[in-house]
Amino acid sequence: MASDMALSGKSLVSMEDLSADQIMQILSTAALMKEISEREVKKAPTLRGRTVINFFAEPSTRTRTSFEIAGKRLSADVINISASSSSLSKGETLKDMAANLQAMKPDLLVARSPHSGVPYMMSQWMTCPVINAGDGRHEHPTQSLLDLMTIQERKKDMEGLKVTILGDILNSRVARSNMIAMTKLGMIVTACGPATMLPMNISRMAHHHTTDVAEAVRGADVVMALRIQKERLEGCKFPNVREYSRYFGLTAAHMKHTASNSIVLHPGPINQGVEISPEVVEGPWSVIMNQVTNGVAVRMAALYLLLGGAQPQV
Amino acid sequence: MSDLLIKNGHLIDPANGVDGPMDIHVDKGVIVKVGKKLAVQARKIIDAKGMWVTPGLVDMHVHLREPGYEYKESIKSGGESAAAGGFTSVVCMANTDPVNDCASITEFILEAARKASPVNVFPVGAVSQGLQGQTLANIGEMAEAGVVAVSDDGKCVMNTALLRDAMTYAGMFGLLVLEHAEDHDLTTGTHMNEGPISSELGLIGAPSVGEEVMVARDIALAEYIGGAIHFCHISTAGAVEMIRAAKKRKVKVTAEATPHHFTLTEEACRRYQANAKMAPPLRTQRDVEAVRKGLADGTLDVIATDHAPHAKVEKEVEFEKAPFGVVGLETAVGLALELVRTGVLTRTRLVEVMSLNPARILGLDRGSLPPGAVADITIIDPEVEWIVDSTKFRSKSCNTPFEGWTMKGRASYTIVKGKVVYKNAD
Ligand SMILES: [Zn+2]
Repeated sequence: MASDMALSGKSLVSMEDLSADQIMQILSTAALMKEISEREVKKAPTLRGRTVINFFAEPSTRTRTSFEIAGKRLSADVINISASSSSLSKGETLKDMAANLQAMKPDLLVARSPHSGVPYMMSQWMTCPVINAGDGRHEHPTQSLLDLMTIQERKKDMEGLKVTILGDILNSRVARSNMIAMTKLGMIVTACGPATMLPMNISRMAHHHTTDVAEAVRGADVVMALRIQKERLEGCKFPNVREYSRYFGLTAAHMKHTASNSIVLHPGPINQGVEISPEVVEGPWSVIMNQVTNGVAVRMAALYLLLGGAQPQV
Repeated sequence: MSDLLIKNGHLIDPANGVDGPMDIHVDKGVIVKVGKKLAVQARKIIDAKGMWVTPGLVDMHVHLREPGYEYKESIKSGGESAAAGGFTSVVCMANTDPVNDCASITEFILEAARKASPVNVFPVGAVSQGLQGQTLANIGEMAEAGVVAVSDDGKCVMNTALLRDAMTYAGMFGLLVLEHAEDHDLTTGTHMNEGPISSELGLIGAPSVGEEVMVARDIALAEYIGGAIHFCHISTAGAVEMIRAAKKRKVKVTAEATPHHFTLTEEACRRYQANAKMAPPLRTQRDVEAVRKGLADGTLDVIATDHAPHAKVEKEVEFEKAPFGVVGLETAVGLALELVRTGVLTRTRLVEVMSLNPARILGLDRGSLPPGAVADITIIDPEVEWIVDSTKFRSKSCNTPFEGWTMKGRASYTIVKGKVVYKNAD
């Protein structure tokens, strides 16, 4: 049994932290992990006695649950701490919080925050590996990994695939992590969204960019629609939801011009009829539910590899 | 016998055209005589061999935090920090709590300074009441109480009509408006310079144009009404260019730059370093070069620190929650001397921008050392190497982006009204 220590003890804060080989290693480990999830007894003893803290300073049922299930399927002790930003502002600094968490001697910290940089800072202040479970507008590496796993399952070879990312590129941590990872893996990335939501340096982040959805999806193998945070953006980055969906909503008509066997991803939760129409969500292209399943598998793989596991006993 | 003789030093006094070996004889807090090899008896003799002797340095932009935020800094600790940095005078901004927008607060600051500060403290009054940008502060009564300028620093005066009236009204009392040029509509919710690095870090960036639109507006206004405006902490190449062009047209405009803006770029924000977060933000290498060139060619008149102390715990938070500002009094001379060593500034120009010009712009009787002048003197050892260690700062705060840097040159003696208020013991 060959053990690969390359990822052991490291933190996963940004997709920049991973080489293409390491990404592929996580994906192949995740495929093995997925088998555990499909057994009748969905549990392996691999991480018995290890403590994982889920530190969530931003509400997120999905991602937190996914990490919790991942940890438990590997027999780790998983503790959830949901620090609302209000309790942090009551005189306790982030550094104090890191010291408190460190005192609990976790083997790994999963950190989520509405503020960019928090998982990085925690990784500097704590001795255990830290997994970024989404930080502000910065990154969401495990979301990118589950997207890649879902793409790989359908497409096998990822190099040369045409991927279109559609929506709020400027504020999306999912888009940011995916643009880094996908370009590393040799995919051809097109970013599309309202001009107000394309970063000024988009030409350094994606191969192509456009504000025309029809043009963006033409010939695409993979289309990823991003959630629009309408509460925060309506009225400034676009006039209203109706106009957004009219110009930037992904429809079945658009999908007709994509490559054959193209797939559609969405990180959820979905604003049906805003960034994506119901017929696309429920159509033959949709792999959105596979993403959720794969989320558990890639998180199991990440926990396992960062905690220095050898070849998993499955 | 007189009080003090400074001998064997190299005097740099641009107002009097001096740049050479010269002794200074001080008695009762004033300069008695400046000359070569003075043979006088004095109670105290400082041998300044190998050192530069300059008119006391003037920092026209500091935040002393008192009243209201004494846990960050006080008039005493800020004054001691200034003395340790070689400054004999500091000009303190109005964004205290309460705001310095009326005579009683001005008087409080001056009284506290008289009691506790080793250096001269010259307060700046607010432009608008409570820094709210709505109605004029009590500029006349503050002028009478002793403010040396008015500024809403920390905030830009967004209301152009109010700014026009402030310039006109303050001008009547001989006071200049110091403008923090920032279009808050463009910068609210931003945390660093807008560019590839802010994008990479997932932080909303402040565009350079946020500074430039206000510099353009203020120059247009000053030109139109024939009034004067002074720009605080200029940070962008575009702003430097506009000020250069305005000066060519003889618009009454002056401007300052900070050591951090002529030394660091936005790269310093990487790894979410909250001690590299300030307003205006650190910009690009092109902007750094432009600021240096501006200081060299006279477009920018002053080096001022924008010393902005914050408690350690306030910076040990999420980058987006960290307050803006860095301390600067104790690292300014070291960073400015680097400009001399690299040929950006002559040493005469250095003394102009750190002493003579700020004094002239604000109308202070400082910045040169003719006989009869107040004996505010800084003695700088330009060669001594030292390492920045914020635990040794006199300031109550340690929010410096220069921690651990090796600096060359620092103040050896800081002399206020003929009395040594700081002597470097290292
Ligand atoms: Zn300011």
